[in-house]
Amino acid sequence: MLMKTSEESRPTERAAGTATPWPADIKMRAAGLDFYYGGKQALYTVGLQVPTGRITALIGPSGCGKTTFLRILNRMYETVPQARPEGEVLLDGEDIFSLDVVSLRRRVGMVFQKPNPFPKSIFDNIAYGLRINGMGGQGTMAEAVEKSLKRAALWEEVKDQLHKSAYALSGGQQQRLCIARALAVEPEVLLLDEPCSALDPIATAKIEELLFNLKDICTMVIVTHNMQQAARAADFTGFFLMGRLIEFNKTAVIFKTPARKETEDYITGRFG
Amino acid sequence: MSFRTRWRKTVNVIMLSLTGLCALFTVSALFFILGYLVYYGGKSLNWAFFVNLPAPVGESGGGMANAIVGSGKLLLLASLVGVPIGLLGGVYLAEFGGWTFSFIVRYTTDLLNGVPSIVMGIFAYTIIVIPMKHFSAFAGGMALGVMMIPIAVRTTEESLRAVPGMLREGALALGASKWKTVATVVVPAAIRGIVTGIMLTLARVAGETAPLLFTAFSNHFWSSGWNQPIDTLPVMIYTYAVGPYDDWHRQAWAAGLVLLGLVLVANIGARLVVSRGISFRRV
Repeated sequence: MLMKTSEESRPTERAAGTATPWPADIKMRAAGLDFYYGGKQALYTVGLQVPTGRITALIGPSGCGKTTFLRILNRMYETVPQARPEGEVLLDGEDIFSLDVVSLRRRVGMVFQKPNPFPKSIFDNIAYGLRINGMGGQGTMAEAVEKSLKRAALWEEVKDQLHKSAYALSGGQQQRLCIARALAVEPEVLLLDEPCSALDPIATAKIEELLFNLKDICTMVIVTHNMQQAARAADFTGFFLMGRLIEFNKTAVIFKTPARKETEDYITGRFG
Repeated sequence: MSFRTRWRKTVNVIMLSLTGLCALFTVSALFFILGYLVYYGGKSLNWAFFVNLPAPVGESGGGMANAIVGSGKLLLLASLVGVPIGLLGGVYLAEFGGWTFSFIVRYTTDLLNGVPSIVMGIFAYTIIVIPMKHFSAFAGGMALGVMMIPIAVRTTEESLRAVPGMLREGALALGASKWKTVATVVVPAAIRGIVTGIMLTLARVAGETAPLLFTAFSNHFWSSGWNQPIDTLPVMIYTYAVGPYDDWHRQAWAAGLVLLGLVLVANIGARLVVSRGISFRRV
């Protein structure tokens, strides 16, 4: 039923832009993107390019549409009845709305606001994505789990307790486990929805360092309420306000010389 | 102390004592029944009860081996009907249902739960026993199976609803389909609640007598198959308790104790099996 909604709302003229080759330094591109929850419009003609192998931060006050935008990129909005996008989002030049949703989410992984490990062992949490996607036998599975945990900088802490419950870990470890779980299926893009909002500063610093090191293997888009985090971690920053993308530029530019007054007001803490 | 304050305190004490008394009554009623059962049942219970067939009228001794096996067979049949339908129905209501259809299903399930068990017996009698022209274990099992459905559906639904939505999102975001998410993350996370619900309803139908009187009927010998009438512990308790012989009364007590024991053992066993999993509840 939800699938139908998105099918119907898909604009009819598509792939007109495929005549020119897709630039390698752009991973995803949204153009003229509107979004509705039932009759309520949440996004207005958002256009944004996600650069390959970089961290892009989305900032803005609560309810500005940044999380909504993030959840369009892997079509997670489809879990909400009556939710419907209009416009174009491309992944490597392919329209994400006509991709199979399973293969889209394989390529565009997601980490959530609160750590959400499955009630399974640490090993099974990481192996989950591989198993459901039919990747790897038993031998390669152990290797893949180790590789993902190492990438998420969690291996040293958990290598002796892989068969213990994921809930035995601390909040910060759980969030790194969730990142490892998302990395295990080797996504091209990783979406992070305020991944540190439930964590203390030390756990937050670990995750930021980890994201920095992940730039070699995937493109990241991170929603954050924490402006210092955006300034520290991101290469590019987009500022959302009331469903509109107000400004998008290199992080240094956004924080030092913003072009728009709204952006300046927000980052200097005058509102929001 | 003003009058109002004293009055408030008095009402407080009275109501507190009243609720306490009622709670105490509940507990003591249970322990009274249990104690009675263990005392009288225990006195009449012996090895012969588990291995022998019922003795002919006038002879003392004998057992209810056939009825123990019979109850087991009927519960197996009932589970084959009630567990899959209840489980999948509950999964539908919690995970897939649209609003209107779910409302109708939920409402009908609650109605079904309220149908008196004897009516369920008549139903099974009419659609199974009459066309087959004889009583059978099969008919009894079907009657009990249908009775299991409502509680199994609703407890499954409730257990699944208690699973945090963020676990579903986690699986969906990894590229799991809706069904895979439910089957590999949501149901395993809720398995304790689901199994508890199923054990509850199994325990309930294990003690049902009325729907068996004209479906499984009774058979004081070894039943040769699923297609034959069969003895069950509740029907034996009924028959023996109202019979004129002291020996029968003692056997009825013993049967009651055995029935309770079997339900308890099954319950504890199932809980041991599922408690090895990892719960989503953070303790």
